[in-house]
Amino acid sequence: MKKSVFLGTLSAAALVAGIAGAATLDDVRSRGELICGVNVGLTGFGAPDANGNYQGFDVAICKAVAAAVLGDASKVKYVPTTGETRFTALASGEVDLLVRNSTWTFSRDNDLKFDFVAVNYYDGQGFMVKKDLGVSSAKELDGATVCIQTGTTTELNLADFFKANNMSYTPVTVADDSEGQRQYLAGACDAYTTDASGLAASRATMPDAESHIILPEIISKEPLGPLVRHGDNQWGDIVRWTYFALVAAEEYGVTSANIEEVATSTQNPEVKRLLGLEGDLGAMLGLDKEFSKRAIAAVGNYGEIFEANIGSATPIGLARGLNALWTQGGLQYAPPFR
Amino acid sequence: MTDQLTFVRNQMLPPQEPPIREAGVVKWLRENLFSGPLNTILSVVGFAIILWLAANIIPWLLHSVWNANSLGECRQIIAATWGEGATGACWAMVRERWHQYLFGFYPMDMYWRPTSAFFLMFVALAPVLYNNLPRKMIWFTAVYPALAFWLLWGGSVWSPVVAMLGFVVMGGVFTLLKDRLGVPLSAGIGFVAAAFWWLVLQGPLASAIHSVLPIGLTSVDSDQFGGFLLSIVIGVTAISASLPMGLLLALGRQSDMLLVRTLSVGFIEFIRGVPLITLLFTASLLLQYFLPPETNFDIILRVIILVTFFAAAYIAEVIRGGLAALPRGQYEAADALGLDYWQAQRLIVMPQALKISIPGIVSSFIGLFKDTTLVAFVGLMDPLKGITQVVRSDINWKGIYWEPYLFAGAIFFLICFGMSRYSMWLERKLKTDHR
Repeated sequence: MKKSVFLGTLSAAALVAGIAGAATLDDVRSRGELICGVNVGLTGFGAPDANGNYQGFDVAICKAVAAAVLGDASKVKYVPTTGETRFTALASGEVDLLVRNSTWTFSRDNDLKFDFVAVNYYDGQGFMVKKDLGVSSAKELDGATVCIQTGTTTELNLADFFKANNMSYTPVTVADDSEGQRQYLAGACDAYTTDASGLAASRATMPDAESHIILPEIISKEPLGPLVRHGDNQWGDIVRWTYFALVAAEEYGVTSANIEEVATSTQNPEVKRLLGLEGDLGAMLGLDKEFSKRAIAAVGNYGEIFEANIGSATPIGLARGLNALWTQGGLQYAPPFR
Repeated sequence: MTDQLTFVRNQMLPPQEPPIREAGVVKWLRENLFSGPLNTILSVVGFAIILWLAANIIPWLLHSVWNANSLGECRQIIAATWGEGATGACWAMVRERWHQYLFGFYPMDMYWRPTSAFFLMFVALAPVLYNNLPRKMIWFTAVYPALAFWLLWGGSVWSPVVAMLGFVVMGGVFTLLKDRLGVPLSAGIGFVAAAFWWLVLQGPLASAIHSVLPIGLTSVDSDQFGGFLLSIVIGVTAISASLPMGLLLALGRQSDMLLVRTLSVGFIEFIRGVPLITLLFTASLLLQYFLPPETNFDIILRVIILVTFFAAAYIAEVIRGGLAALPRGQYEAADALGLDYWQAQRLIVMPQALKISIPGIVSSFIGLFKDTTLVAFVGLMDPLKGITQVVRSDINWKGIYWEPYLFAGAIFFLICFGMSRYSMWLERKLKTDHR
């Protein structure tokens, strides 16, 4: 009896949440504000600056969606989420969209009932070691002590990798990145492992960056991307195609600086459709014609966002790698705007 | 007679210096540090540890850098001034980000609002903490919660004013009915009347007055609160709300009425049996599922309510300890004087029970205040973890480790030490026995 009442309440709550989720676009419009779940603080990807304004690679997606839907990139309310609260915040409808360096996995997609609409950063787990350790490949790390953050998928990947290569290691568990970095620098472990983007950011801020190397092996696939709830495909499509517009803009050389000029001079029909000069793609999403143009104008194309937040010109200095366009040997690829 | 004695000393010898081993520093050292083999070893080891700590910390503190724009720049300055390999504290981070530690993301041009709320808090607390001040000041204390709410969150001035009128309604109903229906029933009716006021009348009334007389401050969202502003808002609200609530729970637990007793015991045992972090997750995650989708039930308010419940359950048990320590004769004396239940509690039982419970109550408060840092786990910007994570995610300060903890820890220490000293002073002042 008790159990059925409890389950009934749960399903009623789920139903309510489902109904709420069915019209995210209307909710956002009537609220006049996009509620975006972001990281409390991750270098380069999303964090408030000294004035409290959120900046970063993930945050740019929130801004682009706000520009596409509401016409103003500043109409975003950022909700900082921790690793524990992020998925509940999305499932309960507290946020409309979660852009928080979350890895697309089977169980998150199907068991937690989310839709990962795109991959804005292809990451993978790597190793950092001190140069004087004399190691040039992760396969030579047999018997090493490794600093590893507990309770993350990186911990499981590490175990898999050493098992697959028939090697042994001693884990030194740390609570978060700052502690991992400190333990590694203090010599508590031979190697520090986390996502390659995080390693690069850590290395960039170390007192003796030259004496540390990031090993070439990437031992896991970590496709990070924005996600929305199941059950509102229109909203998912809006986020997905806003993102694709940014990628396509890079492919066709449209930047936030030259967008007006391109709009007047272009003869390319694909670019015309992308910028809403031809056809009526926006209406199919429930938006106006210029949704993608506004998004590009507000935050720049994918390449611009990358370079401004985490690219080689920034102290983090990440190379494009897998995140280059497909035309340049990467994986970033936008389906046709047609 | 005197000639027969060969020698009688007729003047005192000057006192001799005590042996060197039995005087001054040497004696103190011998008695306190080196009185036996075990103590000698412990003293030597203790000194070695202190020296080792000092040798590591003092240079680090002496090499402090206050003017720099990034951790890298700090390191350069330290290396340039004290040579390669020297380490030093980089307080430049605190210099650049202190405002986030204190105010979170509260709009900078409005810092005067939380600051004045903070200082007015002392004015409001003064008549509660020191009884030699003019009693009229207690009126300011009564108004202060609404004033502080308005200063911190802004918005129309009329919402807090109308909300405070709810208490006037409650008090009015209570005084009208008290003589006819007795204390508990009239208090209950007063509470229902006030709840009706808050739930039904408050919104329309406040907006009606506001449309006629628009006085207000720019409103500030809860998600802009952070740092010590957040800790103090949660801590002070929960502390001041949990004491009366804990008091009622303690009385409820001792009540003869079955329902009241069962509810009190159930509440206290349930809350004490659950970790605070569970309650915080309930506040942040579970409540969202059960509330209608468009409810905008403020996260800080949710957290404050559950932290208050948590503290109240502990306070209730502390006060129950004080009640249990009172001799039975005190209760019987109150009955013999013809006092009713509430008079007896107010005039005889509570003053003594609370006095006994002061150390326990204050340690609950100190613990509660420090526990406010746990809100980091539900994504709020507490000073210890939340703001520090934000600061560290800035590429300029990534890798900074001890400085944020030391800074936040120093402020926590000041506040908690203050509370502890006040409670010791209060105990001394209220001491009436001759033990």
